[in-house]
Amino acid sequence: MKKITALLLAVVMMVSMSCLASCGKTNDTVKNLEGTYSREYEGTTLNVFNWGEYISDGSEGSLDVNKAFEKITGIKVNYSLYESNEAMYAKMKSEAVSYDIVIPSDYMIERLKNEDMLQKIDNTKLSNYKYIDEEYKGLYFDENNEYSVPYSVGMVGLIYNTTMVKEAPTSWNVMWDKKYKENILTFNNPRDAFAISQFLLGIDLNTTDKAEWDKAAAKLKEQNSVLQGRVMDQVFNKMEGGNAAIAPYYAGDFLTMQSNNEDLAFVYPKEGTNIFVDSICIPKNAKNYEAAMMYINFMLEPEVALANAEYICYASPNTAVVNNEDYSLKDNEILYPAEDKKPKTQYFHDLPSEIRGYYEKLWEEILIES
Amino acid sequence: MNKKRLGSIALNSPYTVWSVIFIVVPLFIVAYYAFTDKSGAFTIDNIVQLKEYKEIFGISILYSVIATLITLLISYPFAYFLSRQSEMSRRLQMMLVMLPMWMNLLIRTYSWMNILERNGLINNFLGMFGIEPIKMIGTPGAVIFGMVYNYLPYMILPIYTVMSKIEPSLLEAAEDLGCNGFNKLRRVIMPLSLPGVVSGITMVFVPSVSTFYISQKLGDGKITLVGDAIERQMQTSYNYNLGASISLVLMVMILISVAVMNRFSDEDGGMVV
Amino acid sequence: MKTFGKIFNFCVYFLLYAPLLIMVFFSFNESKSTSVFTGFSLKWYNELFSKSDIMEALRNTIVLAVASAFIATILGTVAAVGLYKMRNKYLYNTMNTVTNIPMMNPDIVTGVSLMLLFVFAGKLLGLSEYLNFFTLLISHITFNIPYVILNVLPKLRQTDEHLYEAAMDLGCTPIRAFFKVVMPAIMPGVISGALMSFTLSLDDFVISYYTTGADFQTLPLKIFAMTKKTVKPDMYALSTLIFVTILVLLIVINIVQERSERKLKGDNK
Repeated sequence: MKKITALLLAVVMMVSMSCLASCGKTNDTVKNLEGTYSREYEGTTLNVFNWGEYISDGSEGSLDVNKAFEKITGIKVNYSLYESNEAMYAKMKSEAVSYDIVIPSDYMIERLKNEDMLQKIDNTKLSNYKYIDEEYKGLYFDENNEYSVPYSVGMVGLIYNTTMVKEAPTSWNVMWDKKYKENILTFNNPRDAFAISQFLLGIDLNTTDKAEWDKAAAKLKEQNSVLQGRVMDQVFNKMEGGNAAIAPYYAGDFLTMQSNNEDLAFVYPKEGTNIFVDSICIPKNAKNYEAAMMYINFMLEPEVALANAEYICYASPNTAVVNNEDYSLKDNEILYPAEDKKPKTQYFHDLPSEIRGYYEKLWEEILIES
Repeated sequence: MNKKRLGSIALNSPYTVWSVIFIVVPLFIVAYYAFTDKSGAFTIDNIVQLKEYKEIFGISILYSVIATLITLLISYPFAYFLSRQSEMSRRLQMMLVMLPMWMNLLIRTYSWMNILERNGLINNFLGMFGIEPIKMIGTPGAVIFGMVYNYLPYMILPIYTVMSKIEPSLLEAAEDLGCNGFNKLRRVIMPLSLPGVVSGITMVFVPSVSTFYISQKLGDGKITLVGDAIERQMQTSYNYNLGASISLVLMVMILISVAVMNRFSDEDGGMVV
Repeated sequence: MKTFGKIFNFCVYFLLYAPLLIMVFFSFNESKSTSVFTGFSLKWYNELFSKSDIMEALRNTIVLAVASAFIATILGTVAAVGLYKMRNKYLYNTMNTVTNIPMMNPDIVTGVSLMLLFVFAGKLLGLSEYLNFFTLLISHITFNIPYVILNVLPKLRQTDEHLYEAAMDLGCTPIRAFFKVVMPAIMPGVISGALMSFTLSLDDFVISYYTTGADFQTLPLKIFAMTKKTVKPDMYALSTLIFVTILVLLIVINIVQERSERKLKGDNK
């Protein structure tokens, strides 16, 4: 019995500790607001659904974006997270929860739009929309800029450890090099993993020709013998700790890894690479549309967008950030390569479900074989 | 008699109602998906497709059996020694066994990676003696190890709670009757602790067959277990139909193994009562 | 034999706590990495106190784990007694099988099927939100109950039924007899069942992901959503704090108890 009392005591302590902490100091003030934010929707709630670690959250003195928005508008932000586009899709599709804001990637936006799951966003009502770089307007998944507002941009590149890889690689084919057997990592998701072999073979990433997918799969199977593993988040520990020599990952994340291990280097392979844009959308079953519009405009605020770009470490589609002298990653040649150094890039498109099923089956075979 | 029946109904009805709504109905949902295609028409294609997965089924069950055996081999003596200690320290230790599992699974797994990686603690230590790094992460051994580690308390606790009930006087009596150490274990302790062992085996074996996270992280994504395959179908591919059918077949297989095990326990369990 | 036992158990404890030592170590890391130690710093502890959402998630996690473990323990214990008394063999086997189902199903199958059930029920009842704290609580209770049953049943098998009958002969009502005689005997099983429930609920993320609403986030939901990124040492710091708090508390209580009990014994003499 006493043990249970002890347990309860521990619980009470922890709860009170967390209560204490929640009145701690957070940076929740935006100094220069450009848009106007009414308190018309005070007391309502806004359900935001976003990637993990994908917003400035007040750590290390950064701006706590959600808190700041709550303070200005009086709207309560319910912030939930997902780990992948697909996980987000599964929960959205079930209609179990009505989210007001989601931030999927390009191909997922295309799918959501085609399945009539998104609401239109009138960007003329967003005073800060002017900051969006022309380069990221009118992209294939939203040609008329009706459904999405770009939030963050990333590219895949090759990370390698210079102590293990002496000659700087320029091509994806180094990931098949027997010299680095047991030292090569790749993505643990089909689309990203296939993309690498597709670039190498010169196949379109979005091909609907099954024979071409077969070819790419055969190439991936060849890789099995030299592969150390298929990873996602573990790539940080693997590369930082010097446990593997070569891994493809997102450019922004390389900067994080490099700050912990100076031996790491990065290259955009010559065959080309995948680019992605994560954009803010409003789902069809959103309940607080007006508040969602305010939230989007708030996310585009130069100061807010800057805080997010610094935190996420990916490239920003916001010109107010890119041209800001205080931006620590301004002119970073990996995030913002100069015009002549830009890699060839290609977006993922949403593929017909038949093709999706087909490559997933191939992926399954590759995994089972290894 | 009537009163007894009433009592039995009162005891069983809350859980029965609960399990019908929250276990049986969802099970029917799973079965519905397993036997339909994307448009909702009846099909057995999903089940037929499973022949591609037979190896994965085999590996998953094999790894879980090995992990369960190792867990049992560690837990049984541990629980025995624990049950022989003073009551005070026993109470504390029951919590100490569980406490590590209160830390987040991801953090625990990352930490194991720090220890077992090629540049990890163990290999660095061995390196001081000039021993070549051993590959641990990404091998079946690492996956089995992960299962053992994460399910160990679920074996220790039920065995311990049953053993703590065994009276020392009973053991003394056995000694007086001429039992030596081994016979004491075989004739007295083992039969008396069997219900706990059966519970422990169930709680380790059953969840470890369907585990996915451990194999993904400690197996470097190179070892696919059934849990991984199901997770991929349900999450990445949004193919509830195939995911449900794999899971349904898995369930049948586990049920058969558990039934076999229960048969054992019933026979021996009879001796206990 | 005794020393061997001590050494053996120490080794098992070492195995259990090895990753926690790493966790404590990296919570003091200066940089963001959890694999390369660059220098000692307390900044991640400091950090914790400026992040209100983590603390809210922690509170939610604990509330959920305590509530679900508590309810599951009561329901599970009653169910175990009922199962134990069940004389119909077929019914017993059926119930036993049903009990195992939440353990057998991979989390994602349980999670998705429960979500579909809640959405269906919600539509039927005309609710505006289908998922909330209670759906999450129900799901956690559902996957906790089997562990309680599996811990209590062996203890019931061990108890002497004659004691219970004797108590009744001496004039106890069945309920009173249960609490006076049976309950103390099965208590260790109940406690370990409760402990396991608490533990499982504390660490679940897949089922939680599918069954929680927008307004209730737990710590595992936050931590596991980082698959594209990585966990930062602030989570290590938080876990270290929790770990040390509980450990210290446990040991202090144990010492106090031991003292008071020794005193009691001394007084009696």
